[in-house]
Amino acid sequence: MSRFHHTQLSNGLNVIAERVDHARSISAGFFVKTGSRDETPSIAGISHFLEHMAFKGSDKRDALAVNRDFDKVGAKHNAQTSEEDTVYHFTSLPEYLPPAFEVLADIMRPKLDATDFDVEKQVILEEIKMYMDNAMSVAYEAARELHFTPHPLGRSVLGTLESVGALTIEEMRDYYARRYGPSNIVLAFSGRIDWPALVDLAAERCGDWTGVEAKRVTPPAKGTGKFRVIERAEDNQQSVVMIADAPSLESPDRYAAQLLATALGDHTGSRLYWTLIDPGLADGAEVSYQDYNQAGAFYTFLGCDPAEAEANIQKVVDVYKKVRDEGIASDELEVVKNKVLSRSVLRGERPMGRLMSIGFTWSYRREYIPLETEIEAFQRVTPADVKRVLEEWPQPPMTITTVGPKTSINPPDFS
Amino acid sequence: MTESILYTHKLSNGLVLLADPMPGVQSAAFNLLIPAGAAYEPADRCGLASMLSEWITRGAGDRDSREILTDLDNLGVTHGEAASTVHTSVSGATLGRNLIPALAIFADIVLRPRFDDDEIEPIRALAAQSLQSLEDDPGSKVIYELRRRHYPDPWGRPAPGSIEGVEATTGEDMRRFFHERYRPDGAILGVAGAIDWPRLKDEVEAFFGDWKPGKGGAIVERPTGPKHDHITRETNQIQIALAYPTETMTSVDYYQARAAVGILGGFASARLFTEVREKRGLCYSVGSSYETHKNIAAVMCHAGTAADRAQQTLDVTLAEIDRLHREGVDSLELDMMRAGLKSSLIMQQESSMNRASAMTADWYFLERVRPLDEIAAKLDGLTAESINEYLSRRPPADPTILTLGPKPLAITKGA
Repeated sequence: MSRFHHTQLSNGLNVIAERVDHARSISAGFFVKTGSRDETPSIAGISHFLEHMAFKGSDKRDALAVNRDFDKVGAKHNAQTSEEDTVYHFTSLPEYLPPAFEVLADIMRPKLDATDFDVEKQVILEEIKMYMDNAMSVAYEAARELHFTPHPLGRSVLGTLESVGALTIEEMRDYYARRYGPSNIVLAFSGRIDWPALVDLAAERCGDWTGVEAKRVTPPAKGTGKFRVIERAEDNQQSVVMIADAPSLESPDRYAAQLLATALGDHTGSRLYWTLIDPGLADGAEVSYQDYNQAGAFYTFLGCDPAEAEANIQKVVDVYKKVRDEGIASDELEVVKNKVLSRSVLRGERPMGRLMSIGFTWSYRREYIPLETEIEAFQRVTPADVKRVLEEWPQPPMTITTVGPKTSINPPDFS
Repeated sequence: MTESILYTHKLSNGLVLLADPMPGVQSAAFNLLIPAGAAYEPADRCGLASMLSEWITRGAGDRDSREILTDLDNLGVTHGEAASTVHTSVSGATLGRNLIPALAIFADIVLRPRFDDDEIEPIRALAAQSLQSLEDDPGSKVIYELRRRHYPDPWGRPAPGSIEGVEATTGEDMRRFFHERYRPDGAILGVAGAIDWPRLKDEVEAFFGDWKPGKGGAIVERPTGPKHDHITRETNQIQIALAYPTETMTSVDYYQARAAVGILGGFASARLFTEVREKRGLCYSVGSSYETHKNIAAVMCHAGTAADRAQQTLDVTLAEIDRLHREGVDSLELDMMRAGLKSSLIMQQESSMNRASAMTADWYFLERVRPLDEIAAKLDGLTAESINEYLSRRPPADPTILTLGPKPLAITKGA
């Protein structure tokens, strides 16, 4: 029997499921293809705010009932909003899937009540302030804006105190109507599944959904390479975010890009680790590869003593220059592959770990990639593939934002 | 609820080996607790245990620092070495077939570190920077500082230490601490996942059998405080943290106490989230949690919110604690708490890492590992009446309250 199943309801909703051997639980999630890149500046933050409003309930149950009905069956529920996706999910024991799923499906058709909207707006404003108290979050938001703008990926997920403060319930209802049509949503299950029962459940709870098809613009993204210094006099450490262009999620080079990022900036044993962490020059130096819809980025995060920031930024740039000139040798690539493969297996043992992978893959590629196939794809990457990625996506230059007490910081030498 | 068999084996030097072969998983994880936490540091060397946990990985046995990390990466080991208040823990997870070679490397790290003096200054620089980063993270800072004020010293000592302690610590201090505290008596090694018990037992005997027991190390407790305190910072939010005593794991009231903490603030429809966030929109995150040492345990509550809403957040939180003990809980709340905990127990069996750390924690507190069926039966045995009888018998003691932000709050009675 196959581990993977797919069907599409007549209203356009895609339903997929993957069996995870020996799983004791099941995870379910709605992957809505909408996020801050689908907003305009005047409604910045509305995707994330809408995610919160879903949990305020439907015509059938209020916010307290949403939480209570999940909690009654011990379902671990949550949601997340990014630049391009809003995901609602829970994990429960298989016997509690039907009641927990009934709640999740219900809140996907939220009431969007005006009074709830006003109360929840205060919660969102607190969430924004919470992130304003975190220097790396401030650096990350500012760097993304600096790197991508005018591309929509430069928009803030949370929005600002001003933009969220000015949002109206009418704007949210309008956004919902444009973005939450069933054809823009993928329903995914992972874990201890019973496929025929899942198909019935999906049809029963989601079969009557209606809504329009959603559009997204995907202009080419080209980083600006700008440099920006933001003063936060009260900080003790300097926080730096550096962004460079990278392959998109549609590109076959995403596996090579992931391995390259791990080689350069994994939290342990990477080139940045040996350059900055091991000698005690910085207490954080990591690279992550983020694949987007028709865009991609390598993010470098650096946290260090403000006095060392300028020298450390240059050291990061030098690490990128060296890999650009020399590539990665096959023995280093093998070490990185072993690390990445082992982590894939560990993550894949839990239904939630697989849910995210299969949900996003279906959302963007209409494809199922089993864990074994993913592992083979990593294994096939050669030093020449990494070299090609580096040639096609030249590193550096990069866009740089630094946040902290030190303001006299010069841009690095990229040459 | 469980099909697994638990193995235990005590080495003649005192090291306890626990193993749970989990059917079906490919991964294996281990967690080694060594009785070498911050609580055992000299009072003027706070941060020593954390620095030492970094030093042991920088060259051990036949391998230098780089060879250790490369070999662990090649084995696909996700690992961490860190001091907490009571223990230094060394943990890792990888594919089952790589477990024994990984343990061999960690036996070198724990028993035969090279202690190269050239590594000390980089380690000191890292420790100092992580303290500075903590200053920039108000949500974490307030919890560390609350523990320091609430528990008698050394039970509230933060493992990152203090700037003075980190600056004062010498290589000689760390070597002495290593010889006194890195010892098999009091150490616990939990292993879970794809393991072969007879082989594991033999290899652990071979790796750790000649580890020599330690001597001495009694802890002297000292009172701390103050009961109510404020740390002034120009943050966007005020952090509110409070703690009050509850039952330890050996108490006959343990399950009643855990249930009460859960119902107060351990899940989405628990009282704090409902009253503070859902009904009043006062903050983004609020909750309560249970934490314990061997002889002292606390309920911890934490919220972060804007200055103009902080007083009400604190007042509502204190009122909810009071109401919990005055009015008790109802059976619906108990059902939700129980469903959540039982689901977590079952899901724990999907993750070798979670299982390894749960086993070692059980052994530290109880000198045995509770079968999951036993925990489930204890949860099933709870009634609203038994919890309410406990709550009325044990009114909450005056909590330790710490706030961090621009201005202190008024602490009124009811507190």
